[in-house]
Amino acid sequence: MALPAFIPLLAAVQDAPVAISGADTAWMLMSTALVLLMTPALGFFYGGLVRSKNILNTLMMSFASLGVVGVAWALLGYSLAFAPGSSLIGGLGFAALNGVGLEGAPLAPAIPHLLFMAYQGTFAIITAALISGAVVERMRFGPYLAFITIWSLVVYAPIAHWVWGGGWLGAMGALDFAGGTVVHVNAGVAAVVAALVVGSRKDYGRKAQVPHNVTYVLLGAGLLWFGWFGFNGGSALAANTTATLAFVNTMFAPAATLVVWMLLDAIRGNKITAVGAATGIVIGLVAVTPAAGFIGPMAALALGAIAAFPSYFMIIYRSRTRLDDSLDVWAAHGTGGAVGALLTGVFAAQVWGGKAGPVDGNTGLILTQLIAILGAAAYSGVATLIVLKVVGAIVPLRRSHGEEGVGLDVVLHGEEGYAKGEGAVLVHQDLAPSKATVRDGIAVAAAHS
Amino acid sequence: MKLIVAIIRPDKLSDVMEALYRAEVRGLTVASVQGHGGELEKVETYRGMTVKMELQEKVRIEIGVSEAFVDRTVKAILAGARTGEVGDGKVFVLPVDHVFRIRTGEVDELAVTPQDTGVLAHM
Repeated sequence: MALPAFIPLLAAVQDAPVAISGADTAWMLMSTALVLLMTPALGFFYGGLVRSKNILNTLMMSFASLGVVGVAWALLGYSLAFAPGSSLIGGLGFAALNGVGLEGAPLAPAIPHLLFMAYQGTFAIITAALISGAVVERMRFGPYLAFITIWSLVVYAPIAHWVWGGGWLGAMGALDFAGGTVVHVNAGVAAVVAALVVGSRKDYGRKAQVPHNVTYVLLGAGLLWFGWFGFNGGSALAANTTATLAFVNTMFAPAATLVVWMLLDAIRGNKITAVGAATGIVIGLVAVTPAAGFIGPMAALALGAIAAFPSYFMIIYRSRTRLDDSLDVWAAHGTGGAVGALLTGVFAAQVWGGKAGPVDGNTGLILTQLIAILGAAAYSGVATLIVLKVVGAIVPLRRSHGEEGVGLDVVLHGEEGYAKGEGAVLVHQDLAPSKATVRDGIAVAAAHS
Repeated sequence: MKLIVAIIRPDKLSDVMEALYRAEVRGLTVASVQGHGGELEKVETYRGMTVKMELQEKVRIEIGVSEAFVDRTVKAILAGARTGEVGDGKVFVLPVDHVFRIRTGEVDELAVTPQDTGVLAHM
């Protein structure tokens, strides 16, 4: 979050209550809805990339985060991230939204505290959902829900606190406008750990696993871009010039990434692919996230263009390894987020965002950025490993290979994304087979889910 | 000549195709079909409406082969499609009166024997 550059001034007038701004409140209400839309959008982006037998499960991995992480955020997550506490984690002062009302927010006095909380909640929701891309098509749904709920509290909330809630990274001067480190590096590292702990899909590296609906991938990428204007533009926490800068950079950085991505596709494979274009857009959005309110528009073009390369080649490299990070969360969010955070330390300019960068003589910024990336990555990696191991010790994380072959939609959810309905017979409740009498096959699988 | 018709699980198709490839069986037709092979029905629920899906998704493979290839084709399908659970499917071997290759007009055994040049040209 971009704190005003004139903090000494602010301190002088701190006692006088700042009036709630109608304009700021309107923009932040809008931004909150925009960011919330990104989670269903992510579901479609991911859903199109999996096989048709897993479309509902993949969509639900995102949609369910709106529920479980949303509730966890209100009850505890917001407090752990933003309540006054230590430099490592927030306190319990705002637990169950205690003391979070319609007065000005501590970090954004011109908008209601409740709105600030809701806006930040949409970030927690999508960050947890991002991880699902590494475990699609094989992870059981119950353990997944437990994992992302706990993860949002013990991994996301502390890292958000470090950067935005008064923790050590923010105090060190690390710049993260809208979450390059907090959201994307964090989710990217967690995704690698999750892919390793849950294990590869049974057919990974053995059979081609082809995206079943590339139109959803493009639809999801388009909606993500739309929502990202709230993600970055809203991170100004006001309807002001910084929001404008972040908004415009959110338009142009992905444009540059998309152009470079298409060129790389054309040079390497002679064909510009639609999945590639959608991926390029998302990576451009990820990369500009930490920088959006700190760099000028020409720098945003450069940042977007540069960010295409590491992720493009990371995807090619990753698919040749045994790491089944199925939808390349690491390449898109981990790599893109880290590159964006580092380039923030290169392109930040006082004249645009009010934060001194190398051009203003602050050559140490890139080192600060690097420390922030490594700190968040290290904590995310270790804490995610512990959470998953604990959940995995209590309940199995995945289903049998046979059930994976049938597809998770039928096995875990008892539904099909594209049910033809032919041969479907209505079961009257009193005639329905009880779970106990069904011995084997799919019906038993459904009973255990 | 025989026409081999196999009904298999959709998720075993790539295993079967791999087995056929290893058995050097070339040329097949695949269709998505629905059927019921005695396995338990899938029970699905949509907004409180519980339905039994009596038809399962299956894949039907059809391969026309010369007599010398019948055995190895059937064995490849059996090996590739088997999971051991009810619902693995069936393989039928049917007699064929005549086969014509449309492109060349070749008849019977010649028409179901892969032509090296043709195969290579497409690889």
